[in-house]
Amino acid sequence: MASSSVPADGHGDPTRRDFLMVATGALGAVGAAAVAWPFINNLNPAADTLALASIEVNVTPIEVGQAITVKWRGKPVFIRHRTEKDIKEAEAVPMSELPDPQTDNSRVTDTAKKVRPEWLIMIGVCTHLGCVPLGNLPGQDKGPYGGWYCPCHGSAYDTSGRIRKGPAPLNLAIPQYLFLSDSLVRIG
Amino acid sequence: MASSHGTPPVFNNKVIAWIDHRLPIFSYIEKEYHTFPTPRNFNYFWNFGAIATVMLVLMIATGVVLATNYTPHVLMAFDSVERIDRDVPQGWLIRDLHMNGASFFFIAVYVHIFRGMYYGSYKAPRELLWILGVVIFLLMMATAFMGYVLPWGQMSFWGATVITSLFSAIPVVGDSIVTWLWGGFSIGNPTLNRFYALHYLLPFIIVAVVALHVVALHVHGSNNPTGIDPKGPQDTVPFHPYYTMKDGFGVVVFLIVYSLVVFFGPDMLGDAANYIPADPLVTPTHIVPEWYFLPFYAILRAVPDKLGGVIAMFGAIAVLFVLPWLDTSRVRSSTFRPIYKWCMLLLVVDVVVLGFCGANPPAGFWIPLSQAATLYYFVHFLILLPVLGKIERPLPMPPSIADAVLKKKAG
Repeated sequence: MASSSVPADGHGDPTRRDFLMVATGALGAVGAAAVAWPFINNLNPAADTLALASIEVNVTPIEVGQAITVKWRGKPVFIRHRTEKDIKEAEAVPMSELPDPQTDNSRVTDTAKKVRPEWLIMIGVCTHLGCVPLGNLPGQDKGPYGGWYCPCHGSAYDTSGRIRKGPAPLNLAIPQYLFLSDSLVRIG
Repeated sequence: MASSHGTPPVFNNKVIAWIDHRLPIFSYIEKEYHTFPTPRNFNYFWNFGAIATVMLVLMIATGVVLATNYTPHVLMAFDSVERIDRDVPQGWLIRDLHMNGASFFFIAVYVHIFRGMYYGSYKAPRELLWILGVVIFLLMMATAFMGYVLPWGQMSFWGATVITSLFSAIPVVGDSIVTWLWGGFSIGNPTLNRFYALHYLLPFIIVAVVALHVVALHVHGSNNPTGIDPKGPQDTVPFHPYYTMKDGFGVVVFLIVYSLVVFFGPDMLGDAANYIPADPLVTPTHIVPEWYFLPFYAILRAVPDKLGGVIAMFGAIAVLFVLPWLDTSRVRSSTFRPIYKWCMLLLVVDVVVLGFCGANPPAGFWIPLSQAATLYYFVHFLILLPVLGKIERPLPMPPSIADAVLKKKAG
């Protein structure tokens, strides 16, 4: 406070110097944030990681009642060819029983809005803490709702992949997918 | 560095005197580690700070050597660790020292934390000293977690998946944070690379915080089993040779036990599933973290809600930061607190019970047991500590450390 217009106790009106101090400090803070950003953003997925964003899968060999696991973006994707019974069970569940209410139809619709109830395509990652639920391979524990069961913390999913019991908050995620023909599906 | 004790030392060696006049490291060592007045009544619990320091140095030394042979790549990491075990000269020894060293570092630190809690070492004027200790504990947990990912076995991969997914519980930004942590859409090569970089960096930050911890310690000196401040020279002894010897003895005993495990049971504390290479498509049926995280893992699972569980787990550590202000009693040592003493010992049992809960699948009676144990954990800190300080009648305290020691000798 060198300006003569400021009283000795420093509580006078803001001076030109005060303004310059605040402005300089603010600009410095903006500059520091701008320099920090590349360091933070550097840790986000790189272009080559993002480039692996879509795959195409031929679903003809999958028999009714069978399921396969494919790898997409480093994660397992479950493709289940559902039986009539699976579909009926999934459609019959009242919304009030679901922690994360979603109709079965909305979970089997591709990006062209075409509904194919026989094909359930989901990311096979438990929405609790990221384990791969059991139930895709024959002989595995499908859990009390006939869908999938996560052994890590006990979440159970139904034949539509919706969470029914356990700590997981959400249904198994549906990736964006499009049936290019009746036998070929593009995921991502 | 802090309070002045004794006259400045005179060095007869001309070279030492020349250096010390320009950079007083010898004066510093003399003052802080030789003549430093230390309470004369330490028990063996006071060894564990020195033991933890030795383990930290040992972890850095073995870690640097391991780094010369390790390859941080998803296709090569597992094999490079196996190569260290099988082909690299004495690689098996260095690796077993390092992976069991982590366990023994945690053993030392847990005993050290218990010591601080039982004898009230966190109370005024040592609050910042305690908080720096909790910071070290957090950094250790982060370092140990990332180190466990490096061998790229099944437990590495799935442990990393579960722990990083904790952040997805944060509303709105959770998923973006997880993607940012991973550097991709799942745990993968970018994740392994950054964990390796940080696993190498963090121990040196721990060293820096340990230095601050020691500086803060030497301001008011150590607490002691009576919790009474030294009142004069009759209550203290010089740090050297009394406690250099006692610490040295404790370190040797500790290292003997550590060596027994390293040489005769190197995989005793680890999980066999980590000798299966990581497979992103298959989750092991039973994921468990390393033993030193089990109590916190049990707290995570005890709460039947994702965000709630994560909050409880982080809260279990966060509560330690405010411990000095939760405790309302003016008596430091539990020796003179007839009720709190048992609460404190019950907390130890409680944490061990939580450990067993964390090691077992979340089913059957383990669920209510882990919930009850989690409840006691928080009741201890948030209710017992503040309330007991007000209502408990402490036992009569000896007038000084010297009185306490001499009475014990006479009795």
